[in-house]
Amino acid sequence: MTATGLTLDQMAWRLAQELEPDWVVNVGIGMPLAVVPFVDPAKDIIFHSENGIIGMGPELEGTGVVDNDLLSAGKRPVSLIPGGSFVHHADSFALARGGRLDAAILGAYQVASNGDLANWKLPGARTGSIGGAMDIAIGARRVLAIMTHKTRDGEPKLVERLTYPPTALGVVTKVFTDLGVIAIREGRFILEEVAPGVEVGEVSAATGAELCTEKTCIMSLPR
Amino acid sequence: MKPKRKTSAQEAVERMHDDAVVFIGGFGRGGVPENLIEAVCQKRLRGLTIVSNNAGTSSTGIARLLEEGCVRKVVCSFPLAKESVVFKGLYNKGLVDLEVVPQGTMAERIRAGGAGLGGVLTPTGVGTDIAEGKQVIELDGRNYLLERAMRADFALVKAHKVDPMGNLVYRKAARNFNPIMAMAADWVMVEATSEVAVGDLDPEAIVTPGVYVDAYVAIASAGQSMETAA
Repeated sequence: MTATGLTLDQMAWRLAQELEPDWVVNVGIGMPLAVVPFVDPAKDIIFHSENGIIGMGPELEGTGVVDNDLLSAGKRPVSLIPGGSFVHHADSFALARGGRLDAAILGAYQVASNGDLANWKLPGARTGSIGGAMDIAIGARRVLAIMTHKTRDGEPKLVERLTYPPTALGVVTKVFTDLGVIAIREGRFILEEVAPGVEVGEVSAATGAELCTEKTCIMSLPR
Repeated sequence: MKPKRKTSAQEAVERMHDDAVVFIGGFGRGGVPENLIEAVCQKRLRGLTIVSNNAGTSSTGIARLLEEGCVRKVVCSFPLAKESVVFKGLYNKGLVDLEVVPQGTMAERIRAGGAGLGGVLTPTGVGTDIAEGKQVIELDGRNYLLERAMRADFALVKAHKVDPMGNLVYRKAARNFNPIMAMAADWVMVEATSEVAVGDLDPEAIVTPGVYVDAYVAIASAGQSMETAA
């Protein structure tokens, strides 16, 4: 039997539940953006955007006038929450490295069981785009990675040692995939939750490193 | 204080020369001094090293300089954005050099350059390709890379308002790299959307004091930062 697993929206919803009230959170480009609409506004999360926005509001949908002076890191039009502010780039990254980010939500090519993260460059490529990922990954107090459990070719993305060029070492604290939620503690992957309808054994088989499944529970999703 | 030189974009870039290192503000399309860039293009300079976060967006900003053949090297954090089509074409043909710098490291190297420091120690990039050839220094049990300060011959800065003293305020996230670049170049040119009288800017709100500014251009273009979505 082949695991079906979670949709992107379900993965994003599950990650959104991980954020605690009043956290300051940086959201990377790509898959992480799917998380924002699922975050309960009552939690009063402050979103940080690397280009100097503290208190970034939701993306602005639809056509109309685009304000190029208020774009997200992914260059999409956004709003500013009441009480939000702007800083220059050095201060924006001082905030990230300086320990003010409770969490960063980042996409990943690979995550290793020691917490190493790869998300900027493909193996053998001449170059890649780092953007703010290296600074944010080493600065945030928690790095929450969101990614599919396997590559399109069926290779595990959760591995014992990175084979992709690293972005930062020993930083990832939790991984949210289509098959479950995997915490990283003391150099080990711990399957905390498995997606409904997926067997624990299937997750182990799809993981390129030892997976601790002693305390795995089945994820509960909203109806 | 003597008023700063108010010029046209063409005059502002007059003293720029081939092979110069040039800071250009902006992040995506926000805070890019597009009129100054256009003036540099018209001057047909060659061999420039451009330091900016991105490598040009579609055919605007740094993409224009690349198109005109002015650029030898790009130093940036995010070269391969979907919209950086001009850069990617030249890079793949080996016609432009690239140095990729983590965004926060780039910001801090520029800040250090403006602050008279030789460099910074950052934990960013330890154990990655970025650390190659760099000194690693351990302090209190944590490893840091020694990153050199960065300065430029010229900075092209985009501001929202300028006064005749050269004092600047910015608009929203168009601030980005502009204030730190203004502090770290030998000759600083500002393109502001509007000019106001001395005293009109709240001293508490001025982000870049005029002492950093050498010349400015006021280009009324209320529509510049806004465009209609396709």
